[in-house]
Amino acid sequence: MKRALGIIGIFLAILVFSIFFAENFTTGINLMQLTNRTALYAVLALGATLVIVTGGIDLSIGSVVCLSGIMTPWLLIEKEWTPWQAIPTVLALSAFIGLCHGLLITRLRLQPFLVTLCGLLLYRGIARWMTGDQSQGFMGEYGDVRAIALAKFTIPGLTDYRLPATVIPALVLAVVIGLFLSRTVWGRWLLATGRNESAARYSGVPTAWLVTGAYVACSLLAGFGGMLFIFDIGSAQPSDFGNFYELYAIAAAVLGGCSLRGGEASIVGVLFGVATLRVLQNTITLAGYSSQIEFAVVGGVLLLGVAADELIRRYAARRLERAGAAART
Amino acid sequence: MPDETRPVLLRVRGVGRRYAGVTALAGIDADIRGGEVLAIVGENGAGKSTLLKILSGVVQPSDGSLEIADARGALAAVELDGVRDATRAGIALVHQELNLAENLDVAGSIHLGREPSRFGLLDRRRMHGDARRWLARVGLDIDPGTLCGTLPIAQRQLVEIAKALSTESRVLILDEPTSSLTTRETDRLLEIMDELRRAGVAVVFVSHHLDEVMKIADRVIVLRDGRKTGELARGEYDRATVERLMVGRDIAASERRGVAADAAVRLEVAAVTSAHRRKRAVSFSVRAGEIVGLAGLVGAGRTEVLEAIAGVTPHGGEVRLDGQQLAGGASARVRHGVAIVPEDRARNGLFLENPVAMNLSLAWIDRTSRARLVDRRGEGGLVSRMIARMQLRPPQPARRVQTLSGGNQQKAVIGRWLAVDPKVLLLDEPTRGVDVGARAEIHAEVRRLAAAGSAVVFASSELEEVLLLADRIIVMHEGAIAGELAAHEATEVAIMHLATGGGARAHQTGPHA
Repeated sequence: MKRALGIIGIFLAILVFSIFFAENFTTGINLMQLTNRTALYAVLALGATLVIVTGGIDLSIGSVVCLSGIMTPWLLIEKEWTPWQAIPTVLALSAFIGLCHGLLITRLRLQPFLVTLCGLLLYRGIARWMTGDQSQGFMGEYGDVRAIALAKFTIPGLTDYRLPATVIPALVLAVVIGLFLSRTVWGRWLLATGRNESAARYSGVPTAWLVTGAYVACSLLAGFGGMLFIFDIGSAQPSDFGNFYELYAIAAAVLGGCSLRGGEASIVGVLFGVATLRVLQNTITLAGYSSQIEFAVVGGVLLLGVAADELIRRYAARRLERAGAAART
Repeated sequence: MPDETRPVLLRVRGVGRRYAGVTALAGIDADIRGGEVLAIVGENGAGKSTLLKILSGVVQPSDGSLEIADARGALAAVELDGVRDATRAGIALVHQELNLAENLDVAGSIHLGREPSRFGLLDRRRMHGDARRWLARVGLDIDPGTLCGTLPIAQRQLVEIAKALSTESRVLILDEPTSSLTTRETDRLLEIMDELRRAGVAVVFVSHHLDEVMKIADRVIVLRDGRKTGELARGEYDRATVERLMVGRDIAASERRGVAADAAVRLEVAAVTSAHRRKRAVSFSVRAGEIVGLAGLVGAGRTEVLEAIAGVTPHGGEVRLDGQQLAGGASARVRHGVAIVPEDRARNGLFLENPVAMNLSLAWIDRTSRARLVDRRGEGGLVSRMIARMQLRPPQPARRVQTLSGGNQQKAVIGRWLAVDPKVLLLDEPTRGVDVGARAEIHAEVRRLAAAGSAVVFASSELEEVLLLADRIIVMHEGAIAGELAAHEATEVAIMHLATGGGARAHQTGPHA
């Protein structure tokens, strides 16, 4: 929780700025859309967090989002599968992708960066080839299935804000993953593996299986997230759907206090990291800045956040060292 | 006495070296003469490597000076600031770990950094011609165009020596040159050293094998704890004298006197071949309640055997616990009750940035969890109990392990295992870098665990510790068991005798190719 304080501060600062300077920021429809988007990206960032905790990285998240999000309407409309066939198939495929990543990394000892970079290219290529690079959508059908992402719940007392349904899976996943990391033996082991894989192995931790599991979970969540995204937006282009989503996920996790060196995570921090990036993007659009500048702003904020975090950490370490030296003499 | 007729090429006067206030070497005097083979021997940590590094310009002495003979034989003080200076002064070092670039051919390796060129292009013909000449000097008949990576270790060693000679060096320093050679290859190397001696080169070498030293050395310098304890000329030294000078002190034998002969065998190591390069089979067994010490010099294979038993590295042969064969890797074996305290605690033992509590409970949480949930209340209790039992200071569960002293860090690693009452406890250098008080506490805990019926195997480079803690001592040499000593019959000299290849058994078991 302490680790999340920094990002909560940044989030509140940006939020206050947005409330005062971004026109229409506080309208119900904007806040609804903002919550919805935050929830969708949170699903991806939570998956990325599990991999980052192990000291790894998953660059293929955006492409898995694309493959899953494109395949779902393609199977339903073009191939005329039932949702009961299509949804489990797409999720299983996503998990299988993660399994391949995990095995390549733990058994063949390939670097996570390279394995998932190949994945990034591979899955987008497959998605584009499979669909002939044609836009895929639900053609106005399957409203009942899409309601998973589109439904809105009325909150008593609020008239123009209704809670988007996507918040439910995002929060459930956050709680489950948060408890997994802090309360279960496996979570403890996963954090230990990220901190010092060799020491974990000497302590009897089955490191290879845990790391593989983290990649399976990450790709599964990317696939699930991709499905929610497509339910939400209705149709998408295989050539650009999900582009850079892995970077948003990784950036959110890092802003939220995860070290890319592994072994550290704060689920609350990650949620605020996602929210910060979404509010920033929203404000850039609303405040009338050209949306082309969005990447630059996100990059700048991320750099500031990470640099501040590192400086604070170094300062704390030095203070600790001085205290230790004083205690010894 | 040294042969005064031979010219002194390099004189060492009162040389000492301190690292961060710790004395590694002090007051060394030596004359290194052309046409002589000088051996430097000593226990691990006696200061041999430091002395070689000073002679070859890798480190500079804190005290004293080096004098080098000029062309007319007059000695003048020099400062060797780096290996290049030493090379220019005619001193060449052949490292223990071979440093040849595997992707270069032999001629290229020999000339690395001083390639002959014509019009800015490599003069390959001259390189190969020169290389052939230097290779002939070390009796190596290979094509100078051969890639170094494809050569066997022994030939690479000779290429290194050829390279050292090619710099016109008058003083050739060899750091454990035979540590990776077979007996026949060693004999060949000794012949070459003899030829170089006859050609007037001063040969200085470090070796753990007293047999070689006896065969070749004109003089032996014995180091202990950074000081010279003796300098003996051929004819003055014998094995026993050198061993005594290496060890130097008389240590009371173990306080424990062995275990009841009818105690059940807990751990059986049957023909295990570990990651040690010699791939020799190692077999021994340990009874419940017994503490076995693995003694031996660096590289003898003790760590490899411990890691094989723990399943951290794959191995051949069988490891049995209470008669049951152990399969799989470390995580499976830990669950059967095997625990290992690794040699390098920062790398393989601890989660330095994590709190003491997490480090202590990591093995325990797995045994007590229900539905894989960590029993947090139980964990708190366990951690306080372990902190009290291991006398961790300061007794703060939330403190980062990083901030603890070496001794307390080691207690944290050991405490992790004591929390789960292992059936087999393996300790690799259990008190390295640990102060005297913490060492006694660690020993007491290990004894207490053995008294409760665990089988304990530990490796230590400190003979004193082996004699103090072990019920039975297994001495390793070159990846094999060189001999076994009961605690009451073991002395430092007896252990050193076996560890340096003086035992009969070491010669019987040849390397398994």
